[in-house]
Amino acid sequence: MNKTDALIIGAGPTGLFTAHQLKLIGLDCEIVDNLDKIGGQCIELYPDKPIYDIPAVPECTGEELTNNLINQLKPFEVKFHLSERVDEVKKDGDNWFVKTNSGKTFLTPNVIIAGGVGSFEPRKFPVKECEKFENKSVFYSVKDKKIFEGKTVAIFGGGDSALDWAVELSKNSKVNLIHRRDEFRGAQATVDKVHELVKEGKISLYTKYQMTSINGNGQLESIDIKNEDDEKNNIKTDYALGFFGLIMQLGPIANWGLNIDKKTIEVDTEKFETNQKGIYAVGDICNYPGKLKLILSGFHEGALAARACFKLARPNEKYRFEFTTTSTNLLKRLGKKE
Amino acid sequence: MAKITYITHNDEKHTVEIQNGLTVMEGAVQNDIPGIDADCGGGMACATCHVYVKDEWFDKIPPKEDGEEDMLDMAFEPKKNSRLSCQIIISDELDGLIVNIPSKQS
Repeated sequence: MNKTDALIIGAGPTGLFTAHQLKLIGLDCEIVDNLDKIGGQCIELYPDKPIYDIPAVPECTGEELTNNLINQLKPFEVKFHLSERVDEVKKDGDNWFVKTNSGKTFLTPNVIIAGGVGSFEPRKFPVKECEKFENKSVFYSVKDKKIFEGKTVAIFGGGDSALDWAVELSKNSKVNLIHRRDEFRGAQATVDKVHELVKEGKISLYTKYQMTSINGNGQLESIDIKNEDDEKNNIKTDYALGFFGLIMQLGPIANWGLNIDKKTIEVDTEKFETNQKGIYAVGDICNYPGKLKLILSGFHEGALAARACFKLARPNEKYRFEFTTTSTNLLKRLGKKE
Repeated sequence: MAKITYITHNDEKHTVEIQNGLTVMEGAVQNDIPGIDADCGGGMACATCHVYVKDEWFDKIPPKEDGEEDMLDMAFEPKKNSRLSCQIIISDELDGLIVNIPSKQS
């Protein structure tokens, strides 16, 4: 059981700056994120796209912004729990009991949801029956490549993940690569490599095809694919892998008893607290009259939520507002003064 | 201004007047038309505002820019006439446009 003054859900820009504000005022915090890396949408969706409306930063990319926020956290110790999705939040006396999908547990008086549009989950095959085979013969990521050795694998997708795995698995498996169009969006070197392997007969390529059905009784036997001109093909296969990128889903947050409207959580504008005492929502996921989905708004919301956390984490102390330019306390925490 | 008709997967028709300059995605969101999620808010980064453009209209709307086809790889059941509605900007020429909304965005 991890005990902390505040648990932040979401390691995007808002979550990171909220952690900075909590540590600055002397509270502990830990951050949980479902992605395997820090940065949220900025890293997952637009690492290379320039952002022009961060105050005092005329231009920076999603990746640069994330790196700067991580640097800003350097003076502090913040524990990150990546590749963990918070599944359960329930009341435990004056605290909140929080549990992740891998079974990690937390006890904290304050939970700050900085979850953007929800957690990133892999996009799945449109064919519903694929669910029956999921995690047995249908996968959306590769955890152990050994299981594919000597087997037939159907890989769907046209980006780097699909191409990289097609190249890698073609060494020891029979690979069918299926993509909805002729062009691939992966790195050119990998695209070239794939075409080379296709020529050598190591990869069978089906472009302009998509899956129409999946067949097998318990065990996956074959998939049917169809192209734009209605030509059909049945491919015998032991495994099917889909690489269609990630999508954001509100997921378990919907079950925590919060007021949710159109995938956003209603909060007040003093503490950014939800209808549950000690649960706050900041950044894109919160909603209040006049809400703007801007990163700068998330910073403001996080700063105020952090002050609200102080009251619940230190009920016997009084919070004192201080400036980083002058406060000895703050400068000590920042490592600028002995 | 242009009259745009959105047809949901269960064949409900929603016809709304949308101001020039807005996108087909914004028109749907502002008028509470179901089935367009637009998670990324128009950044061409999520493929959750995916629509099918009626054939007779497909060639009349401005063509896809770089990146839109890449995002459509990730859309739910993309077809030849798939577009991201955040990339279709309303103008008088689009008056009468009809788009179909897929059964799901993910």
